[in-house]
Amino acid sequence: MRDARLLAEPFVPAELIDKFAKAHPQSGGVCHFVGEVRGGQGIEGLELSCYRPLTLPGIEHLAHAAHNRFDLLGILIAHRVGVLQVGEPIVCVSAAAPHRREAIDAVDYCMDHLKCASWFWKREQRADGWHWIEPRSDDHAAIARWNDGK
Amino acid sequence: MPVRILFLGPLQDLVGCPEMQAQAPLDWSGLLDLVGPEMSAVLCEDRVNVACRGQVLAVKSDLLADHGDEIALLPPVSGG
Repeated sequence: MRDARLLAEPFVPAELIDKFAKAHPQSGGVCHFVGEVRGGQGIEGLELSCYRPLTLPGIEHLAHAAHNRFDLLGILIAHRVGVLQVGEPIVCVSAAAPHRREAIDAVDYCMDHLKCASWFWKREQRADGWHWIEPRSDDHAAIARWNDGK
Repeated sequence: MPVRILFLGPLQDLVGCPEMQAQAPLDWSGLLDLVGPEMSAVLCEDRVNVACRGQVLAVKSDLLADHGDEIALLPPVSGG
């Protein structure tokens, strides 16, 4: 199972995770990551925008690359776009592999690439309005360690 | 059909609208003339990409949009 999707509406990660895990009964390890809109620091909400003709093929390619690189049995990338409230899930990445290390690394790899090499733009809403966000320097450092030219 | 020009992310705020239309054909110099000097300077930055017909251009100055084509102006990504 290789599944990459952009979601315009709120989603329940547990539903995706449950379906994904059941689709890979032969796996030795399944790893999931769910990213949520962080609260605190005056953040009231988040808007994620994309350019679907590039963003969707981009995450499909990422799923394909992770699948091949880590010899996975399955990979799921589900990513929200639109306006989100604090605490809402933004992204869910699941990987199934024969052994745990490949599953964990595949999720880590996908998240690093989603964080600073995917076609998303986001802005945070604070009391004084909306503020565009750029990747942090540690996001760039995180992706560099995979040595795949991104 | 006109050429559709989309301003992604923070570029929308800079130009004050999410999209514009222009007569075809539209090349790189025509695009820069159309968007004005401030946006033009931003588009010339290395970290801003341009896509046409759903493909990111390796060389922005190669832009040549025809009738009904969509141009996307892509500032640095924020990540997911």
